[in-house]
Amino acid sequence: MFKFIIRRLLISLPLLAGVTILSFFIINLAPGGQIALPGAEMNPSFNPHVREMMKRQFHFDKPLIVQYGLIMRDAFTGKLASFKDNRSATGKVLQRMPATLALSAMAMVITISCALPLGIYAARHHGRWRDRLISLISFALISLPTFWVAYMLVLACVRLWHIPVLGTETFGVEFPNPFSAMVDATWHVFLPAVVLALGGIAVDSRYMRASMVEAMNEDYIRTARAKGLSETQVAYRHALRNSLRPIVTFIGYLLPAFLGGSVIVEQIFGYPGMGRLMYEAMMERDMPVIMVELMIGSALVLLGNLLADVLYAVVDPRVRLD
Amino acid sequence: MANANDHIVQPAEAMQTIAVPRAGLWRRFAADRPALVSMVVMACIFVVGMGYWTIHLSGVHWPYDPTVPDPPAQLLPPSAQHPLGTDELGRDTLSRILLGAHVSLLIGFVAVGISIAIGAIIGSVSGYFGGWVDTIMMRFVDMMMCIPSFFLILTVAAMLRPSIWYVAAVIGLTGWMGTSRLVRAEFLTLRETDYVQAARAVGAGPLRIIFRHILPNALPPVFVSAVLGVSGAILAEASLSYLGFGVQPPDPSWGNIVADGRQYILDAWWLIVFPGVAIFVTTLAFYVTGEGLRAALDPKETKRI
Repeated sequence: MFKFIIRRLLISLPLLAGVTILSFFIINLAPGGQIALPGAEMNPSFNPHVREMMKRQFHFDKPLIVQYGLIMRDAFTGKLASFKDNRSATGKVLQRMPATLALSAMAMVITISCALPLGIYAARHHGRWRDRLISLISFALISLPTFWVAYMLVLACVRLWHIPVLGTETFGVEFPNPFSAMVDATWHVFLPAVVLALGGIAVDSRYMRASMVEAMNEDYIRTARAKGLSETQVAYRHALRNSLRPIVTFIGYLLPAFLGGSVIVEQIFGYPGMGRLMYEAMMERDMPVIMVELMIGSALVLLGNLLADVLYAVVDPRVRLD
Repeated sequence: MANANDHIVQPAEAMQTIAVPRAGLWRRFAADRPALVSMVVMACIFVVGMGYWTIHLSGVHWPYDPTVPDPPAQLLPPSAQHPLGTDELGRDTLSRILLGAHVSLLIGFVAVGISIAIGAIIGSVSGYFGGWVDTIMMRFVDMMMCIPSFFLILTVAAMLRPSIWYVAAVIGLTGWMGTSRLVRAEFLTLRETDYVQAARAVGAGPLRIIFRHILPNALPPVFVSAVLGVSGAILAEASLSYLGFGVQPPDPSWGNIVADGRQYILDAWWLIVFPGVAIFVTTLAFYVTGEGLRAALDPKETKRI
């Protein structure tokens, strides 16, 4: 197991290096990126401040490869500073990371606890109206625009029912004990997490259903039925265990979707995580922060995939990781 | 385990079909009522959206000109004159949503066209040649997959000048990875078949074998993922425009109508609700059609218990 994790981390390194090169390239696509080109001074969209910052941060006076090396060195040592407030870009992103991880974890819990039962229920009624209804519901969930749902939800909570949902804690309230403060904080994570989870519930319940339907068609299920087991025992003791296997990897794919969705959800709920920082950085064309966001976001996804692989070996003893 | 990635089943691949029973495809699809209804809705949206745009370009405006402000008619609630109300400049919401339809459809189709083209080329070259070509291309795909997709779309969109075509290109260029894996998986199976061996034996070159012999047989699952992809692209466009990095005002897009309406939410709920419903219905129509096609192509699904 340990060897496997080390090896996977080593495989991930070139991928991460690739991501940094790609984000460096994208940043260079920006109008500001061509600052070193002749005639750039004529472009009115570069104000002198931005030009000065770009020059200093991105070493535009050096050749491209040297630029890349210097930016990487600065990003890792925390010297790469945000255009906005001159604080370390890496520091800013890392500071926002725990909030987004908490949000993703909560969304993950909601997704799993809704998607698996839905998928199992649909598979057990395969082809009948209950199955069709659940399918239609999941298609509807996938088709809902996140920003729209989030906006409607915020409006309903804040304007209609006067429930505080914005930020990470209820503003201006003294909590008598740490427990109620924790409940309050959990509540503030819960609603954005539900919005994030909607798509995941839809997709994963489809996968769970497909996987369970496939398992129910296997020979060992016929054997289990033939020896007189009840349908419940067949479904939960025999089919379910085998159908959970592929689901573990699909759960690993939720993290990139959550990180991407967090841009919209966190912006609407005023939740101070990586997604909102990304949005703010976009609005201010804060290139160093955007670049570090891309890198750290990708690193998180790679770690998530690794975790899914390890989990996969845990649920399926036939898989040997070494 | 030989390769740590071997057991990772990609979502798109997990659902794919290898042997495709073409006979009775339409019958199976039509037996699925929701899918049939969705396809009709999809066709209607397409005809209305594209038709409205053409008529708008030719200078005929119905019920109102969606681009011309009409100050006396600011923020009117839905009524007989304005079935879906008006916005803060007095523009008719129904007209604006109708005009916005072509933006969503164009971006949806162009983006998917780009991503299918790239995905098919990379997937087929990778799957056909195998070896180091395959390794390099698939590592590149892995790398693209590990960047959260909306981060990537947002970054590229924010760096470029926002316009309909740029938005379509960005969504297409960041969304081809699933298709390439799907096509590659099909090629891995198909390249070992007898008819491909036969084509090779009579001296057909790799390009001819890839595009003439294998690719046509790998297309059905790609077609399904294309239909599903359109709904994803429409949602991505709406989200981008909502955040202000997509289609820019005064061009109406469903996303930026919602974004513009945000500040008037207490006075004008219709500015938020109706474009959202338009996005939802369109995405749903494409999605259910795509899923219906997938089910009709999948022998496992058609087995009635």
